[in-house]
Amino acid sequence: MLSLNNVSLTYSNGNTAVQALAGVNLKIEKGKSYAVIGPSGCGKTSLIFLMAGLLMPTQGEVCLYEQQVVKPHRETALILQEYGLLPWKTVWENAALGLKLRKVPDQEIADILGRVFAELEITECIDRYPNQLSGGQKQRVALARALSLQPKILLMDEPLSALDALTRENLQEEILRLIKKHKITCVLVTHSIEEAVYLGQEIIILSARPGRINAIVANPAQGIEGYRHNMSFHEKCTEVRDLLEVHSQSGIRLQEQ
Amino acid sequence: MASDYKNNKFIILTIAILILFLGWEIIALLLQNPALPCPIPAIAAFFQVFPQGLWKHFLVSTYRVLTSLFLGLALAVPLGLYIGRNSKLDKWLSPQLYLIYPIPKIALLPVIFAIFKIGDLSKIILIVIIIFFQILITTRDAAKKIPANSILSVLSLGATPRDIYSHVIIPGCLPEIFTATRISLGTAISVLFFAESFATVEGLGYFIFETWSRVNYPEMFAGIIAISLQGFLLFLLVDLFQRLVCPWLYT
Repeated sequence: MLSLNNVSLTYSNGNTAVQALAGVNLKIEKGKSYAVIGPSGCGKTSLIFLMAGLLMPTQGEVCLYEQQVVKPHRETALILQEYGLLPWKTVWENAALGLKLRKVPDQEIADILGRVFAELEITECIDRYPNQLSGGQKQRVALARALSLQPKILLMDEPLSALDALTRENLQEEILRLIKKHKITCVLVTHSIEEAVYLGQEIIILSARPGRINAIVANPAQGIEGYRHNMSFHEKCTEVRDLLEVHSQSGIRLQEQ
Repeated sequence: MASDYKNNKFIILTIAILILFLGWEIIALLLQNPALPCPIPAIAAFFQVFPQGLWKHFLVSTYRVLTSLFLGLALAVPLGLYIGRNSKLDKWLSPQLYLIYPIPKIALLPVIFAIFKIGDLSKIILIVIIIFFQILITTRDAAKKIPANSILSVLSLGATPRDIYSHVIIPGCLPEIFTATRISLGTAISVLFFAESFATVEGLGYFIFETWSRVNYPEMFAGIIAISLQGFLLFLLVDLFQRLVCPWLYT
């Protein structure tokens, strides 16, 4: 449903041009979940911003349903690093913002949010401001805002990186449950190998800058009951780690030449 | 909890007032100069003079300060928000701002009086010119500092540039705009005091200078108390307004 065709991205940082991505080809299939992983600064965030329609490629094109993406699309929702919640809006106002911008009537917003809040177990937080929430609760509000839009594709940029280990695993399970239940296609950028293996049916490994796709690892066992404690989970993590190491070393060698 | 906090604040304010009056009393006793009376006769004079006509000067000055503040905000805030989010315009305008900002614009008083005559308008214009730059620069810098993450997250929800202003940039800058308002309020009162010192028969500045020329120090001090009270009450008003408009800052 979403495809990147020979996508390159160069942006200017002061007076120097930085190439973030080079010749990326990728097909996102409906109903699948993808995890993008790679060394820091490899253009992971740029990749997700391109998919979200927040950035335009300097070369190539990003297409959703065969149509070029030129601005944020109604069927995609994006969750940013640090949650992207507005400190001056209450939990309810934050979560309602997407629907409000789409001019959904207030009564309908209340119905949708009521359901989503109950599902994410944050109903008791509705009148609070983001600075009164724990990290995990903030992430749930960000999820609520995204889910309230009933997206077909959920894009997430390191959504859980600021959380402690247990909250993080907890929310990984929550995300897994939600994308299965609502049949949402999901692209997740992460720097955690375990998270990539736990959530990605396919794991996309990017090279150091400029980001290219080095490997796409199939992860057919993803989503099985108790995968985290399964031997095959650890084997897959090792496989991904080895691939990351090989490619980061070859990247260093290339830079040295 | 909340009432405890309120009680605490009340106690702290009472102590602050006591310290202020105690300090005043001590300095007045040490100096023994009729120009600085002790607090009790000064306050007594205030209560005597205020109903007799000081209230009129108080109202005129308050009107001038509030009108100037309102005009200054109405002109500087939208421009500051716009310049702060438009780096090309900022590049053009910043050097001019840096040239104009340090000019002591109070020195323009004769020019303004010559152009706009000696009524209310010239005083208001002088204050507006001075506070305009304070508010403009603070607002511009606040708009520049809005985190990209906040803007991107709202853009991804399908926001238009107008939505970005109303949901992100304006509320994000409000705390700094209130800070600028407080600073400008102090400036406005000081400038007005100076502007009212001649060519007028109304306002607290006039009252203080007039009583001074008659060497009526207790009455002069009643005027000083009135202008201090004016500053204090307007500060409270700004605080109250901020509480209403920025509830998230008080959680």
